[in-house]
Amino acid sequence: MTGAEPVLTVRRLDAGIGGQQILHGVEFDVAATGVTALLGRNGVGKTTTARALLGLVRRSGEIRFAGERIDAALTHRIVQRGLGYVPEDREVFAKLTVRENLELATRGGAPHTDLVERLFPELTERADQLAGTLSGGQQQMVALARVLRNDNRLLVVDEPTKGLAPLVVGQVTDALAEAAARVPVLLIEQNLQVVARLARDVVVIAEGRVVHTGPAAEFLSDAARMRELLGVSRAAA
Amino acid sequence: MSTLVLLAVTGLGLGALYFLVAAGLSLIYGLMRVLNFAHGAFLTVGGYVGYAVGARFGTATVSWGVFVLMLAAGAATGAVFALLTETVLIRRLYEREIEQVLVTVGLGLATVALVNGGWGSDARVMPAPAWTGRTTDLLGAAVPNDRFVCIGAAIVVLIALLGLLHRTRYGLVIRAGVENRAMVRALGIDVRRSFTAVFVIGGAVAGLGGVLAGLYNSSVSPGMGDSLLIFAFIVVVIGGLGSIVGSAAAAVGVALLQQFVNYYGTTGLGDFTVVLALAAVLLIRPGGLFGRAARA
Repeated sequence: MTGAEPVLTVRRLDAGIGGQQILHGVEFDVAATGVTALLGRNGVGKTTTARALLGLVRRSGEIRFAGERIDAALTHRIVQRGLGYVPEDREVFAKLTVRENLELATRGGAPHTDLVERLFPELTERADQLAGTLSGGQQQMVALARVLRNDNRLLVVDEPTKGLAPLVVGQVTDALAEAAARVPVLLIEQNLQVVARLARDVVVIAEGRVVHTGPAAEFLSDAARMRELLGVSRAAA
Repeated sequence: MSTLVLLAVTGLGLGALYFLVAAGLSLIYGLMRVLNFAHGAFLTVGGYVGYAVGARFGTATVSWGVFVLMLAAGAATGAVFALLTETVLIRRLYEREIEQVLVTVGLGLATVALVNGGWGSDARVMPAPAWTGRTTDLLGAAVPNDRFVCIGAAIVVLIALLGLLHRTRYGLVIRAGVENRAMVRALGIDVRRSFTAVFVIGGAVAGLGGVLAGLYNSSVSPGMGDSLLIFAFIVVVIGGLGSIVGSAAAAVGVALLQQFVNYYGTTGLGDFTVVLALAAVLLIRPGGLFGRAARA
């Protein structure tokens, strides 16, 4: 971790969906710069962690974001404080056009429209197309563009490369790298090559608890620890 | 031929009334997942307030200016009633959908009882402009003019609603919220504000519909809202929850089917056919004709 204050600190976080508790006392920090990757096998609670930060699931514990508690705040207030969320499965509005999707997401005059146009020129060409008719990769670009055109203090990005063609994975990774140069990112990602390229720190979750935190390079080079916690070796990823 | 024309125009007039109820129901359910059983009460109270405004002039026929005043009073009443319903009752039960249904059923029953207590259970003759009581010859059929007023008003409301939904930021938030309201919140938008907005808009349109239903039936009665509400629910489901164009198309289809079958079959068979059509749509396209795929 860097010496600077973390942008996000999570302490004793419990969260659940319906009657089922999924997170049990999760604790981790997200550094004020760079990418922190949230890793773990399927179903251990990575997406639930992201949704708990946003207040989209029932949660308790202490979440401090940019110096203020957000564990009791409403979702839209948390986002207005500068937490940009790119959800798993993209969740673009299928019946709205690309332009409408972006307009809807705009807070405070969209200061970074130019950046988005440069990163994803395809979206400018397809401004009047319904988002539901886009390919998965293009939908991911819309989901990223929604947060990148605003000023944010932290991005929470959930499996941005899931189900994408290799070429598009590269494009999305480039965009995330560019974004991470400006704003810290909490990245949930199964593709370990993407993690290796982007992440400085890793937080590993197993069965709703944090089981490892540390520098990404160190973790990714420890084959035994990776097999133990993720069930994969880097070569198989 | 003249019978066909008369049935068609009368059916379209009835479809206009169904649409005015269904439009609000559809938006409210689409955005908030609230089945608003009090929506018929918005219509009834709007109709009675419109009647009360017209009745102050003491004559059975009123000028167009007075009639417009009656329409405005009905719409304003529906809007205020809906605003109070949403802010006082529904909002406290946020995300508790069963309780929201129960409270709207109760409100609907209580409102009909209050109207009964205040104005009595007998129908009251609705004051209207003289022209609406006459007929116009259309392809040999003598069509009552009030039908044209209802149809015209519904078309204006349809265009206004589509303009609101597609040309304003409010509309953008509502359309997005119908699709995925959690994601609207996750973009930093307070979606509860648009809950209030759709309730007020739906209430205003229903209140307007109350005055027009009074014109169509020549009278207002305490049960008028609920009798339209049943068919409006069918219209909303057939048209697709959350779709205004779907509601308009289904309202016309349901009303025409009902009119023609009731006339050429036996009275009551048309109503039954509408329920059959509902079942068929639910089996073939569960999301409705213009609906999206069901999602949480």
